[in-house]
This record gives sequence, C-alpha cells and structure tokens, in this order.
Amino acid sequence: MRRGNARARRIVARGEIYPRRYNGTDTAKGLRVSERNVIIIGSGPAGYTAAVYAARAQLNPLVFEGSVTAGGALMNTTEVENFPGFTDGIMGPQLMEQMRAQAVRFGAEIITDDVTSVDLSGDVKTVVDGSGNTHTARAVILATGSAYRELGLPNEKRLSGHGVSWCATCDGFFFRDQDIAVVGGGDSALEEATFLTRFARSVTLIHRRDALRASKIMQERALANEKLHFAWNSTIDDILGDPKVSGLVLRDTQTGETRELPVTGLFVAIGHDPRSELLAGQVDLDAEGYVLVEERSTRTSVSGVFACGDLVDHTYRQAITAAGSGCAAALDAERFLAASE
Amino acid sequence: MGATKQVTDASFADDVLMSDKPVIVDFWAEWCGPCKMVAPILEEIAAENDGIVIAKLNVDENPQTAASYGITSIPTLNVYQGGQIVKTIIGAKPKAALLADLAPYL
Repeated sequence: MRRGNARARRIVARGEIYPRRYNGTDTAKGLRVSERNVIIIGSGPAGYTAAVYAARAQLNPLVFEGSVTAGGALMNTTEVENFPGFTDGIMGPQLMEQMRAQAVRFGAEIITDDVTSVDLSGDVKTVVDGSGNTHTARAVILATGSAYRELGLPNEKRLSGHGVSWCATCDGFFFRDQDIAVVGGGDSALEEATFLTRFARSVTLIHRRDALRASKIMQERALANEKLHFAWNSTIDDILGDPKVSGLVLRDTQTGETRELPVTGLFVAIGHDPRSELLAGQVDLDAEGYVLVEERSTRTSVSGVFACGDLVDHTYRQAITAAGSGCAAALDAERFLAASE
Repeated sequence: MGATKQVTDASFADDVLMSDKPVIVDFWAEWCGPCKMVAPILEEIAAENDGIVIAKLNVDENPQTAASYGITSIPTLNVYQGGQIVKTIIGAKPKAALLADLAPYL
C-alpha cells in the first residue's frame, strides 16, 4: 500500500502543497484558501485514527506523518497480538499501513514530512513543514508520540550502530550465533529479547529490579525460553569495545559490585519519552514533557489544540489506547470547529 | 534521470569499488521498517543527482558484503570513493539531514 503511494509521496516530499479540497459547507463557512479545518501532526495509531475520524467527518484533515518516523513506534515491532479484531495477530508495520490506507480512503491528505515549527496561539494555527512550507488550520491535533530513551552512557553514541541498537527487528539478523543483551523490563524489552533468541546463541535480559513489569503472557514465554538468561538487579555502568561492542560492565544494585558481561550486541528497550520539543512554550506540558489535557477529553491548554496517543499517556501506552484517544481528539476537534462557527 | 541500482555480493566489486563516480550503498532488508522509510528519499536523491550512483544492497540476500564491512545496524549508508569508504551514515534520517551529510559527494 505504501509502495503504491510512492509517486504521491515523492510529490509531497518535494514540498508541493496539495490544493485544499472544497465542499459546499466549507465555502459557506468562508474559510481562507490556505486554511485547513484541521492539521494532524504525527502518525501511528493515534494520528491515523484521528485522520480516519476527521476525514469521515468531512474535515479534510492534513496529516504530517513524519519523514522517517511515519507509522510511529509500531514500525519497529514484529507481531502485534493484542490489537482487537486481528485473531491471529498482525505485524506492526502492516497494521500501520492498513490504518494509513483507511484514512486515505476517506480523503485524508497525508504528507510524508516532519513539522519543524508551530504557532498554536490565536484562532488560526500555523504549521511549518520540513520543506519550509507553511500550512494553517483552525484546529490542530498533536500525535507526535514518543521517542526511545537512551541509557545516557558516554560510549553509547560511539557504539550506536556498532553493536548498540534500538531496533531488534532491524538488526537482530546481524547477531546470528552471538551472545547479546537486552536492557529493560517491560513488554517491549521482553518482546525484543524473545525475538532475538531466533538469531542469537544467547540473550541476557538486564533489568534493574528483581521482577518484570511486562505482561504475564510475555513473562511466561520468556522464562520458558532456554536461550534467554536474566541479569536481575543490574544496571549498565559502561559499554566496552572499539570499534564494536565487546562487553558490558554491569553493576549489582544490591551489593554495588561490578562484573563484565561479554556480549557483542546491546539492544536498548528502557522506555520512551514524549516527543514534545516542538511544543515547549506553546501548550502546557508536565514535568516529564507529556502534553497536559483536560481530563475526559483531549483538549490541551490552548483552544483548538488537541493531543492524543503516547504524547499524553503516562499510563497505558498501547496501540489500542492510542487509537482510542486519536478518535477522541478528532471528535473533540470536530465539536470545537462546529461550536466556533 | 538516475534511479537506484541493485548490487549484489557478486557485482559489488565492479559496480561499487571500481566505479568512476562516488557510490552511496544502502544496506537494507525487507524486514527493516526504517529502511522502507528511507527508500523513497534515496530514490529522490538518485533522481536529482547525476554525479553519484545510489546502490541498494539487500543484506538478507547478500550477507557476505554486509559482513565484510561490519554492518550491524540497518539502514546503513556507506559512501565509496575510489573503492574506499569515505562516509558512513547509520539509521534513517530526513531528506534534509541526509543531503547535508552527503553534500561533499553530490
């Protein structure tokens, strides 16, 4: 599906702005030519679901899906087993392609580019894309999701791509019959570790606590996997190797003792941080950078600006909850636009 | 106009190392999400720049070349000039960032 859109994607990537589509209602509202009803920034389950709903409400949404982040976090995953309706599971990237195609089917216009700046104040919001084009809308839905967290170790950047990876599905292949490690304790860490045992000789899961926070089914699967070992109560002090990873220095959080773990690869799955850099000073964020919304809605501190998905969610962070909040954001935006006429 | 060129373990020496023009090799695979995102950007750069060759090497089908250059993360873009690697870019990047990284060779 995405492939079929290659020509359209090339056109938009060159920065040609799609002409705004008109229908009788819009003309009656007397909107300016360059002005949209709603712009959605971000893709993934939240952004694409918001696009499906906004498109079906005939709001002609314009979606900036991101140049290399299109589809969001699920693009780096394998099998999604818990999205309702897919009895036998579905691959993360395929789920995103189908959501995207569904939004396009109802008339959402999707630009495969990043947003580089926004001005969300006032009645007309301004969005500038990576090609320097300016777009305006009366409502904006923020769905920029989250970015993977880094360990913050000095050698992490140097060895990134040389044994340190954030994408097991991309890079697991290169560690065939090798001893590698995954750091983290949530569902994504266990999913990656389990996936990597297909290739690696052994996978050591490094976790700072003595119990996992991953779901029970993932835990049972991981604990039964003979190739998977656990380094409990452990943190990583240093990543060793030059030019490639050759080992890790682990610290026991109980005793403070350090030991070396010889591995050739380290996959980092220690969580995510909201991608809200663009929004600082524009909408209210909490101390951790999540966009604050009025409870039981997606309304941010700024009138006409709505937020959904991992960008607002400390708690659930699932594909289905992101999709649900994307739907809520589109409905909130629709009601806002109707009320402000 | 230029399009990307498929290269293999067998053709790598002729198509990349012996090339008169600088060659950007995209090490990619079907199962790599970020590779798919960067692919259309590379097609555009190939179409817009005649001074370079953009080659695509499927690491799944051509493991020897990937292993000999120590690739452990994809997408990786290696720039070859006169048979030598002169630049390595690891990970998917937006077009503007790629063009900035590749500017000396375009």
